[in-house]
Amino acid sequence: MTATVSQTTFRTAILNGQSDRPLGLTDAQGRAAGRRFDVYRNNVAVSLTEALETGFPAIAKLLGAENFKAIAGMFLRQYPPSSPLMMHYGAEFPDFLQGIKQLSHLGYLPDVARLELALRRAYHAADASPIAADALAAIPPMELGAVAFEFAPAVALLRSQWPVHALWAFNLADGPKPQAVAQDVLILRPEFDPEPHALAPGSGACVDTLMHGATLGDAAAQGTAAADDFDLSALLALLLNGQAITKITIKT
Amino acid sequence: MFDASTRPTTLPNAPGVGYKAQHYTDLTNDPGHVAWLEIHAENYMGAGGRPLAQLRHLSERFAISMHGVGLSIGGEGPLDGDHLARLKHLNNWLQPVVFSEHLAWSTHDGAFLNDLLPLPYTKDTLTRVSDHIDQLQNTIGRQMMLENPSSYLAFAESTWSEPDFLREVSDRTGCGLLLDVNNVFVSATNLDYDPRAYIAEFPLDKVGEIHLGGHDEDEDEHGHVLLIDSHGKPVVDPVWALLDHVLSLSGPRPILIEWDNDVPEWGELHAEAARASKALEQVAV
Repeated sequence: MTATVSQTTFRTAILNGQSDRPLGLTDAQGRAAGRRFDVYRNNVAVSLTEALETGFPAIAKLLGAENFKAIAGMFLRQYPPSSPLMMHYGAEFPDFLQGIKQLSHLGYLPDVARLELALRRAYHAADASPIAADALAAIPPMELGAVAFEFAPAVALLRSQWPVHALWAFNLADGPKPQAVAQDVLILRPEFDPEPHALAPGSGACVDTLMHGATLGDAAAQGTAAADDFDLSALLALLLNGQAITKITIKT
Repeated sequence: MFDASTRPTTLPNAPGVGYKAQHYTDLTNDPGHVAWLEIHAENYMGAGGRPLAQLRHLSERFAISMHGVGLSIGGEGPLDGDHLARLKHLNNWLQPVVFSEHLAWSTHDGAFLNDLLPLPYTKDTLTRVSDHIDQLQNTIGRQMMLENPSSYLAFAESTWSEPDFLREVSDRTGCGLLLDVNNVFVSATNLDYDPRAYIAEFPLDKVGEIHLGGHDEDEDEHGHVLLIDSHGKPVVDPVWALLDHVLSLSGPRPILIEWDNDVPEWGELHAEAARASKALEQVAV
């Protein structure tokens, strides 16, 4: 009887380079496919590794090409894509990095990966219509504290105990050498290009509160509680110029 | 606003290229010999942002071919319902002039392997592929074209030749066929058959589009040449010659240049389109 090759067998043999190649695959002479099967092993490993490299360029730079390749190889075997939308591939990568003991001395890696993932998500996020840059000015000062915002789908906040923005910028955007400080990063997408902004002290707490639907008054209090020099007007300018806000409501 | 009033409604018998974002400006400034574009459907399934905005602009000007690379039509399991819905949504939004997918599988047990994996040509595969194509065509409400794969190996269990298999799928489902001439050359070289014999067997009347691309050259452990479909180089002369042969039998067809890796400057890609245009001129007279 002729050997049949199930897709379960095929898949297992592709993802596990140590496993036997499936029987029933041949060349034109009927000889067992060896290197011919390895073309598929190679295509899968290389294409998924490249997808991770494209999605996490700062991690690739921080780890170096060889290390990154080895870690990507482990990741793709444990977490092959769960859908054909490669734009979403690697969502588990930050947590995966966090779980690798040999990388525990690079504690900032998972947050840098989270930043890269958030930038990619922002790039593909739904378009939105921002409010006018002077929309807040039209609100009576007495009511400002009761204002709440809706944010554009591309807006994301990453709060980190590491200098995550500085690490990203140092590796990808000619930024200065990172200092050992905690950084909150706000990702805005004014039109199509996501921009990571390192937030001034207190702003992370304030934006975090706003993004949970709280009023500007409550959020500002959180900002001030987190940092004496919290600058609310600078933060609001950043949000408005970055087209982050799509709707203002006044909570009564 | 989406203005579809001026765009073509069929693929012209002219060269097209696989669209790459880095060519957007060159392409919109002067497309030259390029009359239409092909996009990989899966790259435009995000919620918004630049990819969809660019595609909207391009589709107002160029006929667009929507080419799926992730449905896993040959998969042993059922088609991914979420992915079918995404294809339907993109098709409705973009209204491409044609839609094509591959005779291959890529997803099994929930894992997408990001490669076009091979199928045995058996009765079981025939039934499964035909059922999946029926389901796809009924879901998105249009005909699709099925593309012949590149083969590096053969299945001992196969009982059909590839052209016969494709003809039968087409007869059963009413789908059209996409003939990748480079894939024919790659498979014929790897599996020791005459590419012209393959073409002679192929139902050319069902072919609505031709693909051309570059390949890499390697060898197997017996020293046999092993060509790899890489889409990262210019089309080689023997493939251009095989194209001429196909066109002499089929008449003019839309011809796509695929260049997905090590993507060149626009000028080099355009030169390939110009060469395809020349090949088409020869059959037109």
